[in-house]
Amino acid sequence: MLVIPCPFCGPREEVEFACGGEAGSPRPADPGALDDAAWTAWLWGRVNRKGPQVETWWHQAGCGRWFLVARDSRDDRVLATWPIGAPAPAGLGLEEPDP
Amino acid sequence: MRQPFRLATGGRIDRSRPIEVRLDGERLSGFPGDTLASAILARGIRLVGRSFKRHRPRGILTAGPEEPNALLRVERGPGRVDPNSRATLVELVPGLSAATQNAWPSLRHDLAGLFDRAASFLPAGFYYKTFFRPAGAWERLFEPAIRRLAGLGRAPETADPDRYLHRHVHCDLLVVGGGPAGLRAAGLAARAGARVILADERPAPGGGLLDTGTAGPRIEGLLAAAWLERLPGELEGAGELVQLSRTAVEALHPSGHALLLERVTDHLQEPDPRLPRERLWQVRPRAVLLATGRIERPLLFPDNDRLGILLAGAARAFLAGQAVLVGRDVVVAAFDDSGYAAALELAAAGARVHAIVDPRGAPGPLASAAEAAGLRLLAGWAPVGSEGGPGLRAVRLAPLDRTGRPDGRGERTVPCDALLVAGGWTPAVQLWAQAGGGLAWDAAAAAFLPTRGPSWLRIAGAAAGARTLAEALAQADRATAELLAGLGLAPPPAEPLPAIEEPVPAPSTPPWALPETWRRDPKATFVDSRTTSPWPTSSSRCARGSPRPSTPSAGPRPGWRPTRARPRHPPPSRSSRRRPAGRSTRWHPRPCGRLGRP
Repeated sequence: MLVIPCPFCGPREEVEFACGGEAGSPRPADPGALDDAAWTAWLWGRVNRKGPQVETWWHQAGCGRWFLVARDSRDDRVLATWPIGAPAPAGLGLEEPDP
Repeated sequence: MRQPFRLATGGRIDRSRPIEVRLDGERLSGFPGDTLASAILARGIRLVGRSFKRHRPRGILTAGPEEPNALLRVERGPGRVDPNSRATLVELVPGLSAATQNAWPSLRHDLAGLFDRAASFLPAGFYYKTFFRPAGAWERLFEPAIRRLAGLGRAPETADPDRYLHRHVHCDLLVVGGGPAGLRAAGLAARAGARVILADERPAPGGGLLDTGTAGPRIEGLLAAAWLERLPGELEGAGELVQLSRTAVEALHPSGHALLLERVTDHLQEPDPRLPRERLWQVRPRAVLLATGRIERPLLFPDNDRLGILLAGAARAFLAGQAVLVGRDVVVAAFDDSGYAAALELAAAGARVHAIVDPRGAPGPLASAAEAAGLRLLAGWAPVGSEGGPGLRAVRLAPLDRTGRPDGRGERTVPCDALLVAGGWTPAVQLWAQAGGGLAWDAAAAAFLPTRGPSWLRIAGAAAGARTLAEALAQADRATAELLAGLGLAPPPAEPLPAIEEPVPAPSTPPWALPETWRRDPKATFVDSRTTSPWPTSSSRCARGSPRPSTPSAGPRPGWRPTRARPRHPPPSRSSRRRPAGRSTRWHPRPCGRLGRP
């Protein structure tokens, strides 16, 4: 079980959280204007990166807020967490290509 | 009460307070410090169970948690029943009652033992191929009968009146294993200011050192037992150190989450009713040091499962711990130097050691010590069979030719009541592998040794392949320094290693290296004595004529290796095929019932 440092509450056990999946794909403003392929791609398409990736997590059993987590998908290490809207911490390797 | 195999002196037992327990309704006596297994051996009882499926008679094989045979149903009062308890781990307390399992009508006359005779006529899948006809008979006739024979033990029928608690803790360093390497590392780290938890499965600290006697290492001029007595004082002033005994680390997850199971009251005569029976520690260490030790390997030869054949290390452990001789007339098969140490210690304790057989050409320094002590050494020999009823009466020894085959001439039958087998050691790397550490086959050690692991994890001592105590302590020092540096804590204080005198063991011969010693009757050669699995001859290389199954390149591989995931789902539809490469349609795993995007 992971320990996730909630940016509002501090480190807590993974059971208190719910993972919201990969961050960085905002809902299309007008879904009705999309064709099926574009809608499907938004709905189901994920990068599924091997290495550090950014995810949204919900501190369900704590403060109830959503925030961002950088997690290395190779070894499950939580690299950093920060509130939505705040700039991502530097040096996490998020920009580098898939290792 | 008679304890014919108990010595008058020695051992870590309190002879002033005899304890009586019951085994299958009969009285069995022992002392505080005994385990159920040592009390059974002290009484001279050999038969303690029946194997799974073939119901072959089974006796005590080991002295520790690796015991495959001595599984008993232990009762401590109404509702307090544990089936399949390992007799080697159950500490003796008054009022305890144990019962043997998996035999009907009695352990000695087990009707299901007939399966053993018929084993050649029971191919794999026998049940499923045989008992499906006539329709309806399965539920009414076959299933109830087979259910009675299947499995081990009987589940308790009444509710458990005991309480079990959780505890959540954080610490800087978790040290797993209270042997010499673990004790050294825990002391160093605590004195450097780290918050340390030391978890050890045994009742007292010392680990494998507790199982050594006069042939073991001498530390600062003292035998291991005497040296260990001085240790607790040293650790007490060591800073923030929580020392947990009777605590097994059950899991170490790749996230660094450790589960510790502490047995709190089972060894107490009148436990405080406010205490829980067991406590589950959920530990969040920042770093972990594994000093989990090693377990000894049995040997392969026909009828290697007769009662009275046990590990050399176990014989030493029962002698050093509970002053119990596992036999009066002993033969030792030393594929590793542990056999010589057992022979020397048992001979010094009054057992008649009739022969030490060693297939290795160049036995080590302990061999000369054994010869100096007047023990008969048969270099270049190996056991090729055993004789007796369920109990061992004699062992067949044969000289080996240059290729490691028993040559037909000169075979000798030596009467004995115990055969101690020393097949070398397997490092206990389960937790290392579970936490994500790598393993690689090491031909010299004939074992899988740890390679690289997560940054927060180190392994030291016999678990990392150390052959001597000095090497184990040096590894512990190095690992502690690395972990403390990784945590950003002060380096461990410079403490000189204690002066150690110990013979450097000669390389051991792994049990599988002499296929000709068991190939004459592979069906009676048991690799796993609990499930009665013989060597898998029909499918293995050796059965098809490969001369040496022991060649390291052909050595066993670890059970599970990650393979490249292959897509199982149908090929993507045309529209999704146009998506950029590297995007997949797999959804990130998330809990069910909370669908819908943020």
